[in-house]
Amino acid sequence: MRNKLLPMRCNFQTMVLIAMCWSGVAMANDSLTIAVASNFTRTAAEIAANFTAMTDVNVRISAGSSGKLYAQIVNGAPYDIYLAADDIRPELLERSGHAVMGTRITYAIGALVLWSQDATLEGRDCREILQDGTYTHIALANPLTAPYGLAARDVLIGAGLWEAVSKRAVYGENISQTLQFVATGNATLGFVARSQVVSGRFDEPSCAWSVPTHLHTELNHQAVVLSGSKKQRVARQFLQYLQSPEVIELLQRHGYTISR
Amino acid sequence: MTESALESTLSGFGPLWLSAQLALITAVLLIAIGAPVAWWLSQSTSRWKPAIQAVVAMPIVLPPTVLGFYLLILLGPNGALGSWWVEMTGSALTFSFTGLVIASCVYSLPFAVQPMQNAFESISRTSLEAAWTLGASKTDAFFTIAVPLSLRGFVSAAVLSFAHTLGEFGVVLMVGGNIPGETRVISIAIYDQVESMNYAAAHRMSLLLIVFAFVILVAMYLVNRRSQLQ
Repeated sequence: MRNKLLPMRCNFQTMVLIAMCWSGVAMANDSLTIAVASNFTRTAAEIAANFTAMTDVNVRISAGSSGKLYAQIVNGAPYDIYLAADDIRPELLERSGHAVMGTRITYAIGALVLWSQDATLEGRDCREILQDGTYTHIALANPLTAPYGLAARDVLIGAGLWEAVSKRAVYGENISQTLQFVATGNATLGFVARSQVVSGRFDEPSCAWSVPTHLHTELNHQAVVLSGSKKQRVARQFLQYLQSPEVIELLQRHGYTISR
Repeated sequence: MTESALESTLSGFGPLWLSAQLALITAVLLIAIGAPVAWWLSQSTSRWKPAIQAVVAMPIVLPPTVLGFYLLILLGPNGALGSWWVEMTGSALTFSFTGLVIASCVYSLPFAVQPMQNAFESISRTSLEAAWTLGASKTDAFFTIAVPLSLRGFVSAAVLSFAHTLGEFGVVLMVGGNIPGETRVISIAIYDQVESMNYAAAHRMSLLLIVFAFVILVAMYLVNRRSQLQ
């Protein structure tokens, strides 16, 4: 009996030892969970990989629209950082105490492109087509829900075309869906984000007009550290890294600008 | 109720009415299209039957936004169905109410076919054979024997496809383009409010949808019960 029990006790002790080792490893290896606006997911993944390589901190990315993530955060979602595609929601979070005051930064600025893959428009000027109204549908992101949609509306109102356009406008829920409408040929042309079309994943456009940024409200993408995070130090470190020359260079490659 | 609250509730009626129209038209079409399919499935001994059954059930498998993405391609001006439609009518199917009806019919198909198929399968073979022996054609027997005996299945099919279409979101989001009065149904309108952080307006519109759906469904089940009691 005694002989039988002894090895069992040994096993139990070994298990406790292993468990202690594991928790030690977990302490050394921090991890961050960041909520990222869907359109920034690919870029964020690249930045996160570099950050992990540098600091040994694992980064988990939760993607969703800025609005959905905001609703989740307000309702207690366990994220450490919020990378929004706008500057309204991070500020609201800061004011309501869901984000840490003073951590808010503009990590990237988006740019708008009027873009088409309609073969019949080959070699023409996208701006001319917009002026002439020689299109069936024009796609833009929903101005109510998406910052890029708001910017597109600014441009159209500024050009005095909003009335004419809104009769033939189709609204993507977000900027990805807007691009889908154009890339599948359902909309003749559309206002998309430059970051979406610089990747080389799409065929050459039949026309593209890079919209000058002074024609619309700035597409500031802001980030904040969330108050619920238990990893404030590492979270701040990540935001600092977001502003490093290395990341800025990467952002420019991905079609974003930065004001500094 | 404050003035803006009243306004946002009223602004929910347009999209709700659009949803109701879409759901009603879809339910009627699906009964018409689904009944022959369900009948064939209930009677067939073909070796293709399992394959056809699987195809009918497929819309349940695909997530609505994925199904919507493929419908966007299929119904688009470059798609197989869409390009034919453009040739026939001059306008595209996507971003139109007609397009939504077609998309909803695909999306809700299994919810119409399966209850009717189950009802048809529970009809005893002898009553059909009796009708045939008495000289009724197959079509006659279908309308005079099968349909009255399967009324419950028809009501279930109508209720399920109506309700399923009323709550439809992902597919409409993908092929609709959120056009007021044309493709902005109630689920999309509510979602817009949620996304733009007007939670109060979203609650009011949701309440409107829930009350409407509840009243319609109770009415349909009441009718069903009456017809069974008779």
